[in-house]
Amino acid sequence: MKSGHWRDWIDEQSGRLFIAPAVAVVLAFSIFPLGVSALLSVSRFSLQAGGVDLAFIGALNYRRLLLGSQQYHFLGTQGELPVWGGPVLALVVALFGAGFVRSMRGLPDARRWTAGSAGALGCLLAATLLAPLGPFQARAAALIEAADVPWFAWLGGVALSLVALALLLQRLAPGRIGIAGWCGRLLAATFTMVLAMLVIATGGRGGQPGSMLTTLFYVVGGTALQFALGLGLAMLCAQNIRGRDFFRLSFFLPLMVTPVGVAYTFRMLADMSVGPLAPLARWFGMGALTWAQDAWSARWVVLLSDAWQWTPFMFIVLLAAVEGQSREQVEAAQLDGASSWRVFRDITWPGIAPTAAALVLIRLIEGFKIVDLPNVLTNGGPGIATESMTLHAFIDWRTLNLGGSAAVAYMLLFVATVSTVSFFQFVVRPARGPR
Amino acid sequence: MTLLQASRPGELSTAGKLAVYGALLLWSLVVFFPLYWVAITSFKQPVQVFGGPLYLPFVDFAPSLDAWRYVLVTTGADTLRPYVNSLIVATASTVLCSLVGSMAAYGLSRIAYRPTVASVLLLLASLALTVTLVLGAGLSLWWSLAAALVVFLVALRPLQRRFRSHLGNDDILFWIVSQRILPPVVSAIPIYLMFQRIGLLDTHLALIVAYMTVNLPIVIWLMVDFFDGIPRELEESAALDGASRFRIFFDLMLPLARPGLVATTLLVLILAWNEYLLALFLSTAHAQTMPLLVAAQNATRGPQWWTMSVLILLMIVPVMLVTLFLQRFIARGLLVGAVKG
Repeated sequence: MKSGHWRDWIDEQSGRLFIAPAVAVVLAFSIFPLGVSALLSVSRFSLQAGGVDLAFIGALNYRRLLLGSQQYHFLGTQGELPVWGGPVLALVVALFGAGFVRSMRGLPDARRWTAGSAGALGCLLAATLLAPLGPFQARAAALIEAADVPWFAWLGGVALSLVALALLLQRLAPGRIGIAGWCGRLLAATFTMVLAMLVIATGGRGGQPGSMLTTLFYVVGGTALQFALGLGLAMLCAQNIRGRDFFRLSFFLPLMVTPVGVAYTFRMLADMSVGPLAPLARWFGMGALTWAQDAWSARWVVLLSDAWQWTPFMFIVLLAAVEGQSREQVEAAQLDGASSWRVFRDITWPGIAPTAAALVLIRLIEGFKIVDLPNVLTNGGPGIATESMTLHAFIDWRTLNLGGSAAVAYMLLFVATVSTVSFFQFVVRPARGPR
Repeated sequence: MTLLQASRPGELSTAGKLAVYGALLLWSLVVFFPLYWVAITSFKQPVQVFGGPLYLPFVDFAPSLDAWRYVLVTTGADTLRPYVNSLIVATASTVLCSLVGSMAAYGLSRIAYRPTVASVLLLLASLALTVTLVLGAGLSLWWSLAAALVVFLVALRPLQRRFRSHLGNDDILFWIVSQRILPPVVSAIPIYLMFQRIGLLDTHLALIVAYMTVNLPIVIWLMVDFFDGIPRELEESAALDGASRFRIFFDLMLPLARPGLVATTLLVLILAWNEYLLALFLSTAHAQTMPLLVAAQNATRGPQWWTMSVLILLMIVPVMLVTLFLQRFIARGLLVGAVKG
């Protein structure tokens, strides 16, 4: 029967047919634009009579961001070296050393410590070479100058030495982690180290963080705050109390407001002359306070408005996770006289850790895209203090600097990918346990 | 924490209860106060907004319906259009996204895919070729796609014969999820140029497709877990009875995964309904959506707080109705499987 054949064919192909639409859509509208964006980021875009003109200019757009005229905008302005700079850097290096040592459990002690210090020193070295700012900038610039190599060749050299270091580490700890794994670890370590250096260099007096550190402040600070609040509320709502459904539903409300609406709402609320908090501010003698004029208070307003919108998301999912656990274990522990804190630490937390880790990952990913809030609340100001990377790219786009915009977008992609993949590998995977 | 110490298992002491209620009420205040402020602002007149803070309608100030009248009657047509646009775009993209996404999720959960590395690389290479032809050589999109397709088909067999390493389902899943890491601003410009070339700028279709693309990873990511949680035996017995894969998917698996599907759909609907950046890039007048209209109230004379508040409230209504309708699924804690990863 003919139709039978036709059906058989469909059934045979069903595997492909199931994912074909999704893959086609993602290819067409994600990968394809990604390619175009990559092309844009290495070109200069200009409007011509009757069309557009793309001129290939190599890595100039990136160079501008990392070492050139846009460096202050993207990476920030270097200030005086703060007192806490040295200890902080030492702490980060020590943490990475400890991390490397830990990941080589099962080896003889001496070799563990050798490998650990090699790893830590390696990423410090790599970070020093890579750090475009700070006390290291002069040295890095001098090195590049003296070697007289183009900066991309130099970057390639750093990448090669990372791979070499990975090979060395793999020899020191054979069989546990592959070379790709070591490369990933070293990349994550280098990235963190560069970040630490940037924070130190731009955190001193006269320094000013660029849009990258501002974005990370929103992402890391915001996610931490939302998680803490969401977890606290979920624990409260999981208690045996009346009116839980009411709280559950009403706490969901902020999610329904469009982010632009949230931004404008908070602009109304944060108005210190005619906003609802004005009398309070006057009473505390802060009537003249203009939060929008101060870099850090402006950043905090952005972060808090974001937290208002997204804490409910954390809350809903964490509550579901807490309630999804079996009650018997908790009740047995309570009968044995365990304190609430012990119950939480030993029973509840391990139970919800995988959900929590995946949830934080989702918020990390979404957090990198923040744009409405800083745009509406402060327009990125004062100066560039509250500009997120998406807003940075958007402003470039608005001024028709499409190449520069694409370069910022690509840097955002790099930062977001390294951060989220590292978080996935080092936190989510272990929390989930063996599958 | 001793305050929260249970006197009997599962029961709180009176002091504990008071503390819990206190904290919850405090947070309710945090949640409701901004919304309350938006609500009363929508009943204020300009002079009442700019004269200083006024808190209680009828007590502090005489509420007026001017802003509501302005938005719903005077400029009613200008409001209705974005509203309908938003409804069309959000609904259509959510439905398509849930359908396509759960199909892919089902495939990734149940069928072993083994694409060769060679074919994937070749596919990417042909896409790069298309881009280069369009932007570099100025060829039309369709010719470039055809050329890339020919290259792909010709080179596929020999390459596959030579390089035989495979990828697995996890790789495909990770690749799709990684698309969500992609900030929209990276793809917005190319998507803009692309739709410009096809002539779809400022149409519903453009927005529907764009929202579908950005939300697809979420649906797939969440739905794979829900499908993983359904026992395989059910399908096997259905397959023994002669049901085709599509039959199994639509008549058996989708109903079984309904709780997860509902939660995922709600999340995606909210995201699509509230999306701003892509709408800003892809629509101007005809397909303008509500978030753009809200932002447009920031006129040259400064933000028109009262009309903006009306629009914000109007925007909450549909989402609230849908959420209320679906709340029994959410309240039962069914989002939990959603992020087990």
